Amino acid sequence: MQEEYIIKQISVFSENKPGRLAAIAEALQKSNVNIFAFSIAEASSFGVVRALVDNPGTARSVLENLGFAVQFTDVIAVRMKDEPGGLHEVARILGDAGINIEYAYAYSGRDAAVLILRVSQAGEAISKIQAAGGSLLRESDLG
Amino acid sequence: MHCWDPRIETMQKDDLERLQYRLLKTLVYRLYSFSDFYHRRMKEAGVHPDDIRTLSDIRLLPFMYKHDLRDNYPDRLFCAPHDELVRYHVSSGTTGKPTVVGYTRRDLDLWTTSLARALTSCGLGRGDVIQVSYGYGLFTGGLGLHYGAERIGAAVLPTSVGNTERQIELMQDLKATAIACTPSYLIHIGEAAERMGISIKNDTDLRSAIIGAEPWSESMRTRIYETMGVRAYNIYGTSEISGPMFSECTAQQGIHIWGDIAYPEIIDPVTGEVLEPGESGELVMTVLQKEALPMIRYRIGDITRIDDETCACGRTHPRIQRITGRVDDMLIIRGINVFPSAVEHALLGIPELAGHFIIEVDRKGSLDDMIVRVEVAPEAFSDRINDLINIKKKVEHTLKSALNVAVVVELAEPGSLPRFEGKAKRVIDRRVI
Repeated sequence: MQEEYIIKQISVFSENKPGRLAAIAEALQKSNVNIFAFSIAEASSFGVVRALVDNPGTARSVLENLGFAVQFTDVIAVRMKDEPGGLHEVARILGDAGINIEYAYAYSGRDAAVLILRVSQAGEAISKIQAAGGSLLRESDLG
Repeated sequence: MHCWDPRIETMQKDDLERLQYRLLKTLVYRLYSFSDFYHRRMKEAGVHPDDIRTLSDIRLLPFMYKHDLRDNYPDRLFCAPHDELVRYHVSSGTTGKPTVVGYTRRDLDLWTTSLARALTSCGLGRGDVIQVSYGYGLFTGGLGLHYGAERIGAAVLPTSVGNTERQIELMQDLKATAIACTPSYLIHIGEAAERMGISIKNDTDLRSAIIGAEPWSESMRTRIYETMGVRAYNIYGTSEISGPMFSECTAQQGIHIWGDIAYPEIIDPVTGEVLEPGESGELVMTVLQKEALPMIRYRIGDITRIDDETCACGRTHPRIQRITGRVDDMLIIRGINVFPSAVEHALLGIPELAGHFIIEVDRKGSLDDMIVRVEVAPEAFSDRINDLINIKKKVEHTLKSALNVAVVVELAEPGSLPRFEGKAKRVIDRRVI
């Protein structure tokens, strides 16, 4: 039952120079792909653009046609209480279970704050969060 | 072993040297008598044709340089009567004023003979369809290969360069078994075919490639074989000596220089001293039988070494090894000699990269700053920044140990670096000194 909470994030390799994000965003707009959440991780001359979108398959093929290197990455999306301590609660559950957060970014969802996480053991993270009374989003819950 | 001319190609070394000596002696006498240029040069160097008593006395003769051709533009060095000339080729002039090379009928015949031997040594002959994707026209590659391929009885598909999708269609439709082009154009064809949904390996009859006119490496050979199922053979020449003339054989252990056609020497590029077989230096070529534009000790400027042992294929003529750089392309980075081909060689051993690269050189303050931009192979892309940084560090480390100089590496998006249909231009040197 945990698989339903694993979400396909799209990751794009991009050079760190003016216009690259615009090119990615334009391609998604033209193919009518909606971006729910996204982040950029940057190194010296390049970066990785990560996004949750409503149609990952289309996003991937448009970007690949433009020559971008694209990957799907499994992430999980956790509902946080939108109040002080919300992030602490989620982070503590994973920390106590010995699960490392490789990266995370947050966005404000329709009915709650949402934390997107890439973790070392996604399945275990899902069960620990559920056991602690936390709730996760399915791909269909995004938006 | 199948030879075009077994009598010449496998002749005993002593006999070959006697033949070379005779040809050299005749050439020197002829030029001393009939060429103002060589007469003056020999006088200045204090050498008379009578001083040439053995083959190794060739080192008494003065060098000839590319600027000699430029200074005597267009045809003041020609030795044949005007009405004996049957063709001209002209260099691109990318590194200065163009140079003009003229040919008599016999010059064309020797050029074609040289390539007939070369193509035969690569296992080609009657029944082969050879797609000639070198440029036709003033550049020597297209027409040179064209006549060589016709001479051995192969069918020629004279596609020249460009219009790549059409080239791939024709390659399929007319069942080309071999292609002659630059290594970068071969890679470009492979990539274009892939985009068209065509596998060169599975959907075409292409099995051999005669590639040259720019440096390439052993790892590129492996990659071409693995991805395209094509055995690549290195071909060598330069317009001044006629055009492409010499190639590897199926043993792929160096380029056979037909000793009755040319006499190669390796010299120290700084002192001009002749080096021993096996030692690496600048290639100097004497074309022993040229009529229109004779070449004695022409400094080609390519860096290589000579292997004088009989080849595994049984041919006795000397072989030159892969060109490792050019005397004039050599970059000096913080006092260290860096050849772009050494960069390419190092990069091609790294599976995470797609093979394309650009070297950018700047001067920051008083220090040279060399950046190598490389394309990440799409399959090597990772969502983790650290994995990418590790690729960058691995490339930097590999280049540092190959070149002995610290290099900054920048990862570029797949497909983002320039592709070349002719000679690749991989160095952007912005230093103002």
